Amino acid sequence: MTGTALAPPRGRLVSWAPVTPAPPHPPDPPGALERVAAVFRIESARIIAAVTRIVGDVGIAEELAQDALVAAMEAWPRSGVPRNPAAWLMATARNRAVDLVRRRETYARKLAEVGRSLDDVAPPEPEDADDIDDDVLRLIFTACHPALSPEARIALTLRLLGGLTTPEIARAFLTSEATVAQRIVRAKRTLARAGVPFEVPTGPERAARLASVLEVVYLVFNEGYSATAGDDLVRPALCEDALRLARLLAALVPDEPEVHGLVALLEIQASRTAARTGPGGAPVLLADQDRSRWNLLLIGRGVDALGRAGDGPYSLQAAIAACHARAARYEDTDWAAIAALYGRLLALTPSPVVALNRAVAVSMAQGPAAGLAQVDALVDEPALREYHLLPSVRGDLLARLGRHDEARAEWERAAALTRNTRERDLLLERADLAAEGGSRAAPPPA
Amino acid sequence: MPRFLSMIRIDESERPAEQLTPEFHERMGALFEEITKAGVMLDTAGLTPTSEGTRLTWSGGTLSAVDGPFTETKEVVGGYAILQAKDKAEALEWTKRFLEIHDEHVSVTAELRQIAEG
Repeated sequence: MTGTALAPPRGRLVSWAPVTPAPPHPPDPPGALERVAAVFRIESARIIAAVTRIVGDVGIAEELAQDALVAAMEAWPRSGVPRNPAAWLMATARNRAVDLVRRRETYARKLAEVGRSLDDVAPPEPEDADDIDDDVLRLIFTACHPALSPEARIALTLRLLGGLTTPEIARAFLTSEATVAQRIVRAKRTLARAGVPFEVPTGPERAARLASVLEVVYLVFNEGYSATAGDDLVRPALCEDALRLARLLAALVPDEPEVHGLVALLEIQASRTAARTGPGGAPVLLADQDRSRWNLLLIGRGVDALGRAGDGPYSLQAAIAACHARAARYEDTDWAAIAALYGRLLALTPSPVVALNRAVAVSMAQGPAAGLAQVDALVDEPALREYHLLPSVRGDLLARLGRHDEARAEWERAAALTRNTRERDLLLERADLAAEGGSRAAPPPA
Repeated sequence: MPRFLSMIRIDESERPAEQLTPEFHERMGALFEEITKAGVMLDTAGLTPTSEGTRLTWSGGTLSAVDGPFTETKEVVGGYAILQAKDKAEALEWTKRFLEIHDEHVSVTAELRQIAEG
């Protein structure tokens, strides 16, 4: 869109200045501000990505995108929503980015440094959608750069790609806005200082960098899915933000099987959200879930994605999740297949947590004694010392073996270890049941 | 994140399928890619004509069936999309984009309804 009729305002450089509130205006056309917000949320990642390529800095790019938002908030209520509001926002931000580059005092020197001439500075022409896709992919790899701490990667990814505000991120991770804001500022500074190039890594570096991206998405999902702290067991909004990111990645790098594995895993896990908590927010174990409340659409999407997956860790976990999804009733679960998949996962990523999960599957396939033997081998694992699921699983297996007193002690230990209040209540309830010689022994969520 | 059902209503008597140009299909493909990439589109499909459909009604304790075409209403559901968006404004925005890729002479209505969750 280069036409003059829709040309966005140019020239006013406000990127560093405090945001000027829009002047009062008659509410005409109605809903214009609401549309600004909706269009911006849809487009912000693409705008930030395209602008970063021009200015070479995600922090400045984000400010320029915000400037475009403010410009739209001023213009659209007065002169109407443009016919192509997304292109308007993009062009406004890009024009400002080009202006900025041109005005920089160090401009000529910078150009000399990188050996470009004025004409090479990205012209504000409309770009091919594929070019912007490439920019978005560069932005993802930048936000998940290993120079940043995992917390910083998560915050920056949610902010730049997920379109979440700082308060939203703070709420999602039960931390203060100041902490998140500082984390984001520091992350941007680190990227700038380290001179992290705005590019998609190639060659041998690519696999490790992609793993870092997938991990960020996975961590975001997990924080929403099994909230490690706080009063809610699940924070579905965070799961959905992660799913969106995963789906975006799958569309941008369709030739990476592990990306589809991650999508499959998240879609299938998300399909159980409605069934995982009971009335009042209490957790419902996999064994007790009302499977009619599983979302078949998401399961279908997950199974489709699994068909494009490979045999990496996310793909294997997705295959395990699919085993559960295929069982119409808990009793129908193919535990032998699940135990075998955990075995493959363990070989790939040796982890005591995976070993614990395999022990559960083995206990279901071969009986509690076989499972307990595997769990007992993990008791001295330093990594599991504070992990509440170890005593929780041990308690289950002991109860199934009729050793209720020992089971009770394990569940009480598990309750003391978990930071999630809902989970703690459930564990204490089971400990009480065991004290009564309890017969109800449900296996933990796999 | 709420989910929305967008029911696409068309006037079958206008033979809408024949009015869709190759350019439309191209725009549709691009939009579809975009909305899938945004992680918003969960499912979508077009429906075969109502002449191949049947309406079943349970009323007054009796079951009755009427085969299509359903000509008594001008507009019938010709397709659907299930979207997952942050809010209704975002779902509306995508729905607008879907309608705007149609040629000017085409008449099509999208009814956007939030799916009741729980």
